[in-house]
Amino acid sequence: MNDKIESQEKLSDSPIIQIIEMHKWFGDFHVLRDINLSVNKGERIVICGPSGSGKSTLIRCINRLEEHQRGRIIVDNIELTNDIKNVEKIRAEVGMVFQHFNLFPHLTILDNLTLGPIWVRKTPRAKAEDMAMYYLEKVHIAEQAKKFPGQLSGGQQQRVAIARSLCMKPKVMLFDEPTSALDPEMVKEVLDVMIQLAQEGMTMLVVSHEMGFARSVAHRVLFMDFGQILEQNTPKEFFSNPQHERSKLFLSQILH
Amino acid sequence: METATISVAATEEIKPPLTGIGVIGWARKNLFSGKFNTVLTLLILFALVKTVPPFIRWAFVDSLWSSESQACKEAAGACWSVVTNNFRFILFGFYPYDQQWRPILAIALLVAFVIYSHSRRRWNKNLLIAWPLGLALMGIIMHGGIFFLPEVETEKWSGISLTLLLAIFGLSAAYPLGVILALGRRSRLPAIKALSVVYIELIRGVPLISMLFMASVMLPLFLPEGITIDKILRAQVAIILFTAAYIAEVVRGGLQAIPRGQYEAAEALGLSYYQKMRLIVLPQALKTVIPPTVSILISAFKDTSLVVIIGLFDLLKTTHVTLSNPDWMGFSNEAYIFTAMIYFVGCFFMSNFSRRLEAQLKT
Ligand SMILES: Nc1ncnc2c1ncn2[C@@H]1O[C@H](COP(=O)(O)OP(=O)(O)O)[C@@H](O)[C@H]1O
Ligand SMILES: [Mg+2]
Repeated sequence: MNDKIESQEKLSDSPIIQIIEMHKWFGDFHVLRDINLSVNKGERIVICGPSGSGKSTLIRCINRLEEHQRGRIIVDNIELTNDIKNVEKIRAEVGMVFQHFNLFPHLTILDNLTLGPIWVRKTPRAKAEDMAMYYLEKVHIAEQAKKFPGQLSGGQQQRVAIARSLCMKPKVMLFDEPTSALDPEMVKEVLDVMIQLAQEGMTMLVVSHEMGFARSVAHRVLFMDFGQILEQNTPKEFFSNPQHERSKLFLSQILH
Repeated sequence: METATISVAATEEIKPPLTGIGVIGWARKNLFSGKFNTVLTLLILFALVKTVPPFIRWAFVDSLWSSESQACKEAAGACWSVVTNNFRFILFGFYPYDQQWRPILAIALLVAFVIYSHSRRRWNKNLLIAWPLGLALMGIIMHGGIFFLPEVETEKWSGISLTLLLAIFGLSAAYPLGVILALGRRSRLPAIKALSVVYIELIRGVPLISMLFMASVMLPLFLPEGITIDKILRAQVAIILFTAAYIAEVVRGGLQAIPRGQYEAAEALGLSYYQKMRLIVLPQALKTVIPPTVSILISAFKDTSLVVIIGLFDLLKTTHVTLSNPDWMGFSNEAYIFTAMIYFVGCFFMSNFSRRLEAQLKT
């Protein structure tokens, strides 16, 4: 808790992500309704809410894995439009960690990590490999560098996936339920890596139901339902004193 | 690594039961397990006893290997003389007799390239450049007209050189074209998608023979007066266009098997479409479709023999011509067995190569 408060003071107030009156539909289905969200540099946000409420879709709009149809999304001072060059620029600055890891199974761990730096950032291979080893050590998995993803456990794969994103030196990290596909005994090793990342001041948007994680690192918790952000508050306030009917119901369900 | 010591100790103590090993154990397990299998084994043994010895007698014991055709007519066994006496015509057809070292050299070059490229460890940029250069060199050797080599027009290219030419160029051009068509068919751009679909479905709805006819008979009618396109080239293009459509469909299957998460992870890193396909999607997709792709390549190799119907003299046609010589009429078994073996070597090599490639790429 103390760590958090300490870094909170350093929060810069220039927003790195700005979402303004954003709507999205899948066909006729109105999946995101009037989303307004501003994320400052260094801020850490945990997004929770029932399944199907649009959490994944929201963070996937931020790196345009999904397209929004109304409103504006501005990331790192670039507005997301159909301009594919801008989209690629933003994607290079925004790391994403998926529920199912999505490592590249035909490449070694090391090659998974160096791919982005070499091809997107045009980093020389030797330098990219040094950086990859640095981040692999950081997620405590350097000895697996020559293996293929299929030879690793789920928790190890997810840590590799985090390291793969970090190799791009992203300004923002998006996490879509990073621990929900893991066996219970592996959840902690991944959360520990994420907590460490938080302590270093990374800007993070995390879709997660890990309440302990939210309590210890988040500045803000967003509660989503029916494609809307129904409530946002500090974790302390949100967990002890939820305002909205739906949040109360949701919390009572996941806490038991 | 820590567990290794434990398992070594355990395996030393327990040995397999004796009946499970050795020749008897093997036969009992694989040939005589149960009544039905025993009957089947005996039946097959009977059939082999009835057919193999007579075939060996015909092919090797009573056979003639280098006689005149007259001697053959009286022999009881196979007359391999039909092959040995017409060897050079079957293989090289109408290529000028005193220049036939050139196709031999070209084929030797090709075989050397293929053997060198067999191992995946040798695949690199230099090899990728060497291949087109090598193929061009083979073409120059065959065609001549420069240096001290007299020119040999393509009409005279025949026999195995023609078969290999059609096959190698046909397959190596059809494969990339097929991959591009498969990507086109899954493109988000409607025009490209429609074009690919129409092309693939049109070609797949037409037999190769009719495409060869169109290329050889109809195409010249549409060309302006005075412009002719080489006949072999036209057949070659028909084979490429035809094979590419089938490869496209197989590759599309491979592309569909790649989970969406792979595309998304590649996009999330900021890779461009081209990088995503080249580095992430195609390596995985092409690997999963190696077996059906090789099936298509093998049948395309054999289908090159259809060019006889537009008057090209490939390996099968030169064999056929040999047999129309009154001296050698009636020895078609021997001649076609020989030709079949040549095709078999080519096909066996391809399927063997694909199996090794699959094993090497396994992760
Ligand atoms: N590609 C898609 N096409 C159509 N509907 C979708 C698609 N992706 C998600 N949905 C729907 O949108 C809603 C929100 O999905 P999602 O953002 O994944 O929810 P969450 O992550 O909160 O569980 C769900 O009802 C889901 O079925
Ligand atoms: Mg989700």
